[in-house]
Amino acid sequence: MKILTGNDLKTGAVTWWTGVGWSLDVNDSADVGEHGAAIIAREEGARNVFAAYVIDGEKTAEGVRPAHIKDRIRALGPTVRPDLTLKPADPEAVNWVI
Amino acid sequence: MYKYDQYDQQMVDTRVAEFRDQVRRRIDGELTEDQFRPLRLQNGLYLQLHAYMLRVAVPYGTLNSTQMAMLGDIADKYDRGYGHFTTRQNIQYNWIKLEDTPDILADLASVEMHAIQTSGNCIRNISSDQYAGAASDEVIDPRPYAELLRQWSSFHPEFLTLPRKFKIAVIASDTDRAAMRLHDIGIQMVRNPNPENGAGEIGARFYVGGGMGRTPMIGPMIRAFVPLDQLITYSEACLRVYNRHGRRDNKYKARIKILVHELGKDEYTRQVEEEFQHLLDQGIEPPLAELERIGQYFADPAWETGLSDELDLSDPDFRLWAERNCHAHKQAGYVIATVSLKPVGGIPGDATADQIRLMARIAKDYSFDELRVTHAQNIVFPHLRKADLYAVWRMLDEAGLGTANLDTVGDIIACPGLDYCSLANARSIPIAQKISERFGSPAKQAEIGELKLKISGCINACGHHHAGHIGILGVDRKGVENYQLLLGGCEGADTSLGQITGPGFDEDGIVDAVEKATEVYLANKQGEERFLDTYRRIGMAPFKEAIYG
Repeated sequence: MKILTGNDLKTGAVTWWTGVGWSLDVNDSADVGEHGAAIIAREEGARNVFAAYVIDGEKTAEGVRPAHIKDRIRALGPTVRPDLTLKPADPEAVNWVI
Repeated sequence: MYKYDQYDQQMVDTRVAEFRDQVRRRIDGELTEDQFRPLRLQNGLYLQLHAYMLRVAVPYGTLNSTQMAMLGDIADKYDRGYGHFTTRQNIQYNWIKLEDTPDILADLASVEMHAIQTSGNCIRNISSDQYAGAASDEVIDPRPYAELLRQWSSFHPEFLTLPRKFKIAVIASDTDRAAMRLHDIGIQMVRNPNPENGAGEIGARFYVGGGMGRTPMIGPMIRAFVPLDQLITYSEACLRVYNRHGRRDNKYKARIKILVHELGKDEYTRQVEEEFQHLLDQGIEPPLAELERIGQYFADPAWETGLSDELDLSDPDFRLWAERNCHAHKQAGYVIATVSLKPVGGIPGDATADQIRLMARIAKDYSFDELRVTHAQNIVFPHLRKADLYAVWRMLDEAGLGTANLDTVGDIIACPGLDYCSLANARSIPIAQKISERFGSPAKQAEIGELKLKISGCINACGHHHAGHIGILGVDRKGVENYQLLLGGCEGADTSLGQITGPGFDEDGIVDAVEKATEVYLANKQGEERFLDTYRRIGMAPFKEAIYG
């Protein structure tokens, strides 16, 4: 699947395109197919997001998983600070990334 | 310490107001990201892997307690309760909101700090010896000269759009504690060696064209002595030749080290000297009175005299710390103490807001209000009375800051790596954590002795891996982290570049490889040899044999 990610303009937070808006949780990501560039143009124009780009992802039993490690870390948070990740209560969260 | 005059403060305050307006215009849609990016970068605001990151300049690594306390308060108020001290003697905050940034910069300006020129193709924050003004081996305090260069390079209209970023270090002792020869310009303050012409006067020795990154080079000396009243003029000449001929067509060949290498040291020097002669007629050098004015801010504190040099070392943990983390001071009864930000299993360079404020309080009460940030990501109290050392260590230890590992295998330099950095290819911090845990025993660290280990998460080398006795470089192998091992680097007076041992390793394999390298050292060590000495004597072969079998 193709998923779309960017950063919130005011906070800089990593966000993921859900099909209707932006979420902080990668698991809410929608498959944008071939429409990524058009969505980016529209959403960046409206300042809902910036620095957006399309990446490969995979729908797994645990949720949506970006293909590349850099994007998986981006989705989860720093692997060395579990308390600051998307899953602060999950001691196995780092395994989801690596 | 230097105090802002009306011009310094006005420049910084004006910049805050400008940036506040630029942020407003960006949020309101008057500026696109393409228009805004260079503006935010000029104010140290990057976009990193998870959020905006703000890099705050600490000129030549020197801070007072008010400034340090503000850094702690900013971590609490605007970030997530911690900051990261960097390999350029700065501090970074990893979770900054754009809309908060003008207020952060205003808070910084209120204590004479800023984030200007911590990014972009300009002259960056000037680094120096963390023991400046306190070490017994320096010929003079290098900071007044670093401050003069800071003033010259701040907003210098000719050098705000250089071919690439530009880093200057200024030191004043033969023991190079600032990786001086791995800078674009390295300046060593020296006494004139020429017996026929002003022997003994203070001046500057220039090394140009050093650097790390994808093409590491050791800067050659191009001038053995530049008189103080020509320091800025000669610096300007070095920059002008670079600005004229630097490779703007190729980002990877745009640093001055490539220019010096391609022109050759002699031709580059010839052009600098020609430009220098031209500039001498232009009268750009500030009057020596200005240097003397700056120098007054760096006068020695009011030392107490008649203090004892004795230390009660009956507490074994304190003894270990005092022997490992303290350095001789030029004044009897005083000592230089380094706070390691490398607890076993910790994140190199990170400190919580509470820890930062504690170090500020200690500096105020015990160290003449001064602290230093080191390029090895530690904090220094430059002027502690030996009589206060035990009390200070107790406070530090209770706050998790009492680790006794300076310059040992546990005192690892590591860049933020792929956990935070959008340029990184591999994580650095987990490798540092695993190595520091593997070698966490004080007895093991003592057995190995001095061993400088440095880790970078990409070829940009922010973790100085080329200059580590043991260096580690993280690379991306088809989406999988892989780590190359280097041996034999050094950033001191005998600067050398590490050599790659061979094929890389996975996360656990690199830790094992480091351990094997230390075993080879211990098996071959002669006398008081450090790891680096043994490596230089026996060469790479025994290490490769042990590591690869």
